[in-house]
Amino acid sequence: MTPPTSDVALGFLLNGSSVSVTCAPEDRLLDLLRGPLRLPGTKEGCGEGECGACTVLLNGLPVNSCLVPSYQADGATVETIEALADERHAALLEGGATQCGACTPGVAMTAEWIRRHPALGKRFPLSELMAGNLCRCTGYDGILKSLEAALTDDEGTA
Amino acid sequence: MSVLRPTTIDEAVAVLSAQPEAIPIAGGTDLMVHWPHRLELHEKTFVDLSRLTALRGLRWQDGDLVMGALTTYWDVLLDEQIGRRFPLLHRAARQVGAVQIQTRGTWAGNVGNGSPAADGVAVLMAYDAMVELTSVRGVDVVPLRDFYTGYKISHRTPDQLITAIRLPGIPYRTQIFEKVGARKAQAISKIGVAMVEAPGGWVVVANSMAPTIRRCRAVEAVLNSGHPISSPEALHDTILQDVHPIDDLRSTGEYRVRVMARLLYHDLREHIAAFS
Repeated sequence: MTPPTSDVALGFLLNGSSVSVTCAPEDRLLDLLRGPLRLPGTKEGCGEGECGACTVLLNGLPVNSCLVPSYQADGATVETIEALADERHAALLEGGATQCGACTPGVAMTAEWIRRHPALGKRFPLSELMAGNLCRCTGYDGILKSLEAALTDDEGTA
Repeated sequence: MSVLRPTTIDEAVAVLSAQPEAIPIAGGTDLMVHWPHRLELHEKTFVDLSRLTALRGLRWQDGDLVMGALTTYWDVLLDEQIGRRFPLLHRAARQVGAVQIQTRGTWAGNVGNGSPAADGVAVLMAYDAMVELTSVRGVDVVPLRDFYTGYKISHRTPDQLITAIRLPGIPYRTQIFEKVGARKAQAISKIGVAMVEAPGGWVVVANSMAPTIRRCRAVEAVLNSGHPISSPEALHDTILQDVHPIDDLRSTGEYRVRVMARLLYHDLREHIAAFS
């Protein structure tokens, strides 16, 4: 077992590359990404796990990185908005799913997770799956229509 | 702040025995909320449970459902058998928070945190869950219905770790979960109620109506008695024998009683002949 320490050494797979980093135990995954790991695409919104702006994929599942202690990323796979290829954003751009943009990185990551698991959209309404990503411009119609279009597209090309 | 990161249950309980003031942390969906502002927590020692692989996953054993303490809401939602056998677990999991909360929050964390507004605890209590507590002294199994003794106070001693939650494989007839919040999604309950018709009679559990999630024995007695009930108001006195809800930032005591009575009355009218 790791002895108690003020600093924690971590290793994880970040956007396909191995990273090793030492952080304070107080650091949230969000702090680690935006600070020492220099990936500022993930945004902080509410800081209380409500708004989803800080959504990243942790071991393939969407999580609020503001609620993840950095030490729990040790050994995990983390994917952020920086890893999404341009064509994965195309549907959101074309569908007008982004207005001020503050929620967009989180929206894109949850949408990416749904697109990887299209069966989810058959079990749960898309609005329920996306309920953890608040858009303060209230651009929900654009977000949901873009996601629907992307899922239809994916189905066609699958 | 320091963090201890055990990899086995033995290591974890040894840590809690040596440092009973240390705080176990699993998914962090409660402890990490507003983290940068919660400076008092930054002085504490945490025991990170995420590496205890023995606590992951759920299994069926002799017809019972046994959930390891790291079982998340999402783990339960992915299990179709749970949806058939214990549908209220699915209903509560879908309403406890968004997917980002469902993938991280654990049922055992909901029990350990002990919030009187815990949606997960309400449905677990309706299904008569048993809480497995492990320490260096051994294993205790406590019925969830007797687990809480006061606001955020339970029978868990500081050296004990919740290691599993077990639901007896009893067949239920009617199963109802209601949650009323300020909005439909992502809201903390103002009033909640979980009700099941078990072979031995009705079980009714109220959420956000008392300092703890509370089994409502007086309401259950009325439902089981066949006593005629002809309006929601006829249930007010009975509800007040079980709970004394308070006025707080989310609602008022009066509203809570009125709405709980209406939920009971309108939900049960089609199931109980004495409700007219």
